[in-house]
Amino acid sequence: MTAQIQASTRPRLNLARCAFLAVVALVYLLILAPVISVMVISVFNAEIVSFPPDGLTLRWFVNAWEKREFARGFVASLQLALLATAIGVPIGTMAAFALDRSAMRGKGLIANLLLGPLVVPGIIIGTALYMFYVQVENTIDQDVVGTTFGLVASHILLTIPWTVRLVSAGLAGVDSRIEEAAANLGARPLTVFFRVTLPTLRPAIVAATMFSFIQSFENLELSLLLVGPGQTTLPVAMLNYLQFRIDPTLAAVGTIQIVVIAILMLITDRFVKLSRVV
Amino acid sequence: MSNLLLNNLAKHYNKAVAVADVSIEIAEGEMVALLGPSGCGKTTTLRMVAGFIKPTAGQIIIGDQDVTQVPPYARDTGMVFQSYALFPHMSVAQNVSFGLEMRGITRADRDRRITEALAMVRLSQLADRLPQQLSGGQQQRVALARALVINPSVFLLDEPLSNLDAKLRGEVQLEIRALQQRLGLTTLIVTHDQEEALTMADRLVVMEAGRVRQIGTPRELYEEPANAFVASFVGRCNLIQGRIESAGLFRSASGALLACDPASTIAGDTMLAIRPERIELTGAEAGYRLRTITYLGANTEYHFEREGTALVAVLPTPLPSDPMSRLRPNDFVAPNWVPAAGRVVPLN
Repeated sequence: MTAQIQASTRPRLNLARCAFLAVVALVYLLILAPVISVMVISVFNAEIVSFPPDGLTLRWFVNAWEKREFARGFVASLQLALLATAIGVPIGTMAAFALDRSAMRGKGLIANLLLGPLVVPGIIIGTALYMFYVQVENTIDQDVVGTTFGLVASHILLTIPWTVRLVSAGLAGVDSRIEEAAANLGARPLTVFFRVTLPTLRPAIVAATMFSFIQSFENLELSLLLVGPGQTTLPVAMLNYLQFRIDPTLAAVGTIQIVVIAILMLITDRFVKLSRVV
Repeated sequence: MSNLLLNNLAKHYNKAVAVADVSIEIAEGEMVALLGPSGCGKTTTLRMVAGFIKPTAGQIIIGDQDVTQVPPYARDTGMVFQSYALFPHMSVAQNVSFGLEMRGITRADRDRRITEALAMVRLSQLADRLPQQLSGGQQQRVALARALVINPSVFLLDEPLSNLDAKLRGEVQLEIRALQQRLGLTTLIVTHDQEEALTMADRLVVMEAGRVRQIGTPRELYEEPANAFVASFVGRCNLIQGRIESAGLFRSASGALLACDPASTIAGDTMLAIRPERIELTGAEAGYRLRTITYLGANTEYHFEREGTALVAVLPTPLPSDPMSRLRPNDFVAPNWVPAAGRVVPLN
């Protein structure tokens, strides 16, 4: 009897399991294919990408290194992303606190407004900011478009939705009683914040920092419209290069970018288990 | 340790009244339980003592200091929360250390007191664990150690045992009570579990809808409930509406004549309150008809009724040879009790 049941159910179970594994494999393939193909193409010998390759080479990496605009772009992007993250994450964290703790009216509206930069297409934000900056320039008689200030301000905009979302989620998971417990044990409000509230939000804030950094580092649309001479970011430099040539140099640059971000994530993972925060 | 005094404490939220008027005096080293159904204002009262909620009116006095306007961090109360509220990013020892650090106690002193506190709750081996690595019972003991290590003037417990399973709860009740008595802690505990309150506290405060309904020792509340609410909330009770006919005789609303305490002299509509275990039963030819008989092991519960007067009696289970054990539903019984067991209480 039992043997019969097993015999009749087991093949079907195996089939379901195979289908499940196939779907999982397909999803992984879809996610990883572009990343892998970029890394593979970066070592193809031929200028026009063809398959199978006629040979393997590292000359595109050498080429990328020799084109100084990529190195400069990399440094510019790094500086920009660090600045925007350093300013944007505290602002977003404060906003998340306000949304979580205060009883003000229109909280839902403000929460949605803060997610705006995630919803509105980047190119539209870029255009709108450009026009806004020009208006401001006309009013205060000072340069805004093409200044570091203008560019950093626009990238701060990118960091806020991620920070607000992640820190809000973190706050929702914090038992507010632990703050009362700290006060009960003699901690003044600021001590409660720095010794208890902030440390329990560490995973959320680390995740927010990482996402904000990546958002800014890889952004093309805003930078494209707002960069000034001498501060071309890496994505803009890549687009500029693409306008004149198509060869695996860009794949080499992309590979370096992927590796840098991967290393960043590994380092972050040492401090906060990413699988727990995202 | 100091005594704790609540004077006409009240908390209103706009029009809603959470606590209407609460006055309690807790002596030094005494343990008092706030008992009542959910929403009766007991937790609000406790949180006002801790300083988390500002009272609308009234005073809180610890020792000889009026702390009504003092912020929580300066009140010197030690509280154990229902959810324990341990700091998740700190080890057990760091949790216990927090209150000592806030008091500016030196490293060496701190270490000694942490060791003592952890030994007191039998957690010395787990000092370096994180809260999430502990069982519920262990977390609870960390919360106790953390609140007690600072030698608070007043010890506050907010439903501290409601997250433990029944067996553990019984043990921890006795353990907390022993600690409280040994350290002579002035203690206020909030609970909705009357058995817990009866086991642990010197005196109970029964609350309903933001008001104190009665304050007394467990025995006083059980034997001499001040009103029908207390009679029904503390222990089980038969409550029969009616009025006193003459000294020692009570006429129920449905017309039955019942024995009551001859000392009772309440005029007008009132309630007769009889504990189920104070009723004796004998088989009879007519009178009250048995509805259900529930065997509960040590005791047996009998529900019986006559012309709208329904009663319940809980008696030690009779031996199989006892004629009582042959009673079946629909048989007739004659209930009997000593008149003093029939206490007449006001309706409200």
